[in-house]
Amino acid sequence: MARRIVADYPLLLTALALSLLGSAMVYSAGRTDVPTYVGGLYKPQIVWLILGLATAYGVTRSSVRLIQWLTVPAYALSLILLGLTLVIGTGAGTAAGTKSWLAIGGVRIGQPSELAKVTVVLMLAQVLAARRDSPTSLLDLWKPAIIVGVPWLMIMAQPDLGSGIAFIGIFFAMLYWSGVAWPLLLLLASPAISLVLSFSTGLWGAWFLVLLALVLYYRPFLVEGIVLMLMNVATGVVAPVLWEKLKPYQQNRLKVFLDPSFDPKASGYQVIQSKISIGSGGLFGKGFTEGTQKRLAFLPAQHTDFIFAVLGEELGFIGVMFTLSLLTFLLLRCTKIAERANDAFGGLLAFGLMASWLVHVLVNVGMTLNLMPITGIPLPFFSYGGSFMLATWLAVGILLRVSGEGRGRSGARVN
Amino acid sequence: MSFHPNDIARRARLGTILIVMLMAFLVSGFFNTQVLQHERYAVQSEENRLREVPLPAPRGIIYDRKNNVIAENLPAYTVSLLSTTEKALVAELTRLSTVIQLTPNDVKGALKRFRREPNRPTVIFPDAAIDVVAVLEEHRIDFPSLIIQSVPKRYYPDGAVVSAFVGYTSEISESEMNSERFRNYKLGQQVGKGGLERQYEESLHGAEGMRFVEVDARGRVVNEAGVARPDQVPRPGPPLPTNIDMDLQRFVSQVFADTLMGGVIALDPKTGGVLAIHSGPGYDPNRFTGGIPQDYWKELNTDPKKPLYNKATQGTYPPGSTWKLVDAVIALENGIANFDTRMPQACGGGFAYGNAYFRCWERRGHGSQNLSGAIEKSCNVYFYQLGLRMGLSRMLAGGIKLGMNTRSGLDLPNEKAPRFPYGLDYFNKKWGPRGWTPGSTVINLSIGQGENSQTLASMARFYAAMASDGFAAAPSIARVTPKRERVFTLSAEQIQGLRSAMGRVVSPTGTAGGSAVPGLFLGGKTGTAQSGANKPDHAWFVGMAPVHDPKVVVAVMIEFGGHGWQAARVASRVAAKYLNIPHPADRAPTTGPAIGDASDNVPGRPVPVPPPAPTPLAGTAATN
Repeated sequence: MARRIVADYPLLLTALALSLLGSAMVYSAGRTDVPTYVGGLYKPQIVWLILGLATAYGVTRSSVRLIQWLTVPAYALSLILLGLTLVIGTGAGTAAGTKSWLAIGGVRIGQPSELAKVTVVLMLAQVLAARRDSPTSLLDLWKPAIIVGVPWLMIMAQPDLGSGIAFIGIFFAMLYWSGVAWPLLLLLASPAISLVLSFSTGLWGAWFLVLLALVLYYRPFLVEGIVLMLMNVATGVVAPVLWEKLKPYQQNRLKVFLDPSFDPKASGYQVIQSKISIGSGGLFGKGFTEGTQKRLAFLPAQHTDFIFAVLGEELGFIGVMFTLSLLTFLLLRCTKIAERANDAFGGLLAFGLMASWLVHVLVNVGMTLNLMPITGIPLPFFSYGGSFMLATWLAVGILLRVSGEGRGRSGARVN
Repeated sequence: MSFHPNDIARRARLGTILIVMLMAFLVSGFFNTQVLQHERYAVQSEENRLREVPLPAPRGIIYDRKNNVIAENLPAYTVSLLSTTEKALVAELTRLSTVIQLTPNDVKGALKRFRREPNRPTVIFPDAAIDVVAVLEEHRIDFPSLIIQSVPKRYYPDGAVVSAFVGYTSEISESEMNSERFRNYKLGQQVGKGGLERQYEESLHGAEGMRFVEVDARGRVVNEAGVARPDQVPRPGPPLPTNIDMDLQRFVSQVFADTLMGGVIALDPKTGGVLAIHSGPGYDPNRFTGGIPQDYWKELNTDPKKPLYNKATQGTYPPGSTWKLVDAVIALENGIANFDTRMPQACGGGFAYGNAYFRCWERRGHGSQNLSGAIEKSCNVYFYQLGLRMGLSRMLAGGIKLGMNTRSGLDLPNEKAPRFPYGLDYFNKKWGPRGWTPGSTVINLSIGQGENSQTLASMARFYAAMASDGFAAAPSIARVTPKRERVFTLSAEQIQGLRSAMGRVVSPTGTAGGSAVPGLFLGGKTGTAQSGANKPDHAWFVGMAPVHDPKVVVAVMIEFGGHGWQAARVASRVAAKYLNIPHPADRAPTTGPAIGDASDNVPGRPVPVPPPAPTPLAGTAATN
């Protein structure tokens, strides 16, 4: 039966506009007074963009069913690649000490974690969509927890904190979309919250009382409740031990987040210079390619993690507003697609991919203003990186397909 | 099933709200940073990229009274490095040392400067030789943080001739930086270290300019001056006109050979303007500019003639018989004596007081003299009695009233105040109430010995008052409107009488007869002051010419110069030069031999007119 898929032009055009602006910023990032290798990176970036567009087109020519069918093998593949990365992975750029790149014969092929972000969304959507009803107890969540937990642990072992945060964001967002009640989400997150709050005994005590009230209100199984409370106590106790286990640069990054002047020459330097770049841009910016902070190499990682600072410096608050508006529109469009998806799998898929982008945008852009700690997370459509660009456009392709098959979008309803 | 459309719509609504809120949170962060705090970050961004390179202002040019140049500026080069950290500086210096020679001292100095002012370019060579600059220019591309700058460098065309008053310039020292006077100065700036350069530093210095170069995060100069931000042009120091007569100054330093120690001051008595001031031996201030070479510094400091010590303003010496005019003025002012007053005891070669015997320098005695004659012959016995007649209290009060205990006010830094007792208590404190007697004290003081030592400048000022109308301005090298102050109150006739007596000093019958020159009409007073055990006396002469209407006052003091007539000979040549009167010693096509040549100190050297032979002294004083 003939079925016409109408392209989701708002999504496509927004994504395209963001990619073009992003490539322009990568080009500008390379325009420094003392030329570096960054100068020529805009060319491969455009090549990757074209490859990404081709990938997206290919996905739109398939179907959501086919995607669903491919979910398990894709997920398995990304686990294998992640495992391989842990064994033979190499570092690169600002994260030279980590193992997040897969290279063959010294040529870096890509970051498997970028692929894993998409496949984990697929796998979670698969599992959550298969349920008859929403999970109501923590025990019900063991499957999704494992699906996210395994690749998460492998990524944290690299270590790649930024991607790790993205996975957690995806996990909670998709549980939310599948109808998990908010008290349960909170209970699920409680050990992590305990971990953070344990540095202040008073705050932790208050949190513990809140948690107790929550348990009494939600009334989980008795054993579950007890285990939960014990876990909170345990994380509270081990937190200082974990802190000691962190590498000094990781500790510094967290301290710098609280006070950038704590270490202005090293860890704080990036944040301070990034804020100076953005702040000095003012309302209208210093002009495309004219940013002095970037031009004179005061701004670190100007083509990857801190590319948004280049945008802020050169295009000013106006440019920032424009870009953030485009991103907001994109995210809202994804939410709309999730809402209109014609089955649970499609909806979960769309919302999961949206959540992944949202976390990336929040953490990356927030980091340039020190609203978030520095975690080395890229900005979709902007940061230089081949596999990241491919993964981003793979997601765009999936979203376009889900949108096309969704209610009120396709030319004909699927029977 | 939890995927009921209503549930989905609710979750989508909540999700939308959350997304919008989070993104709005980001936008508010950018609004705060880019709009509200823009100014602050704009400044920080400029501080990041711009380095201030100071542009030293050319110091004010110092001119003499005929607009000859005393101090000017020549182009020189400084070499500096921009560094972000000390480590980077050391690395850069190490790299630099492969191209040019760097002494450990250069490195040490550079590090010191960097620690003090890390944001200014660190000066490596304050005054780089031209060949060093050439080598560095060649390797410019290898050293992107190197700054080679043309800067004005102080130069004194006459060198040592002007060392007594011009001072020198050098990099500001740590202790100066910490003083209130130089609190606006920055390390590395040149500052006047002595003489006029120090006295008029605030004016001569001008205002430093600023040049802005753009650097990248590693301190490499990316854009040269003028591109990033226009230069702040330095404001040159205004010129400093002086009263110095360079022809006379050169002549003085020539006449006053470097084998002599002592000083010369020539004043215009009407204005107090310093026509020439010399302290011998001098030094070459040009060698001090931009850092004194250590060997030269050592040489000057170990020289027993103390070239760095200004004998005209810092040296205090017993004034000897030049003080007799002070006695005379006090006596006349107080009506104790007039020019015809004779003392009870005629001079027979000495004077007995108590159980001590005070000699006159003339063993044969001067017989009975009036005041004029006593000045002419420098008769000690007369002034012993004059001193006793006025008494110690009046002597001290009179000296103080004449300003003989205060600085002359000459505009050079560190002028010493003369040593003169402030009152009778001075002696009580020093010797105990019974350790001294007013009589012998005033006898000593009356011939310029004892507890009294004067600077050349203070004596010159006093004689300038006698050369005019009892008024004198503080001697000034800079050309300023003179502020004349009354020194003493005597009638015109009395002043004329003093001058006549001084005129007769420089006559065949006077003590400086050998210095008489036809047409010069030099008048003045010799002094031969005891300098201490086993050393020749200090030779003084303070005088004026022409004595009936003085145009110039000349004060000469030669340490260990022997007799006062030696000083008088210098003074007569200086006065003759200034007044354009031919002088026998300078009549030859070339200027006559400088006195103070080795031969000059040989006893019995023939002189045009034989002066009275200096007499070894008994008792206390020998002075004429």
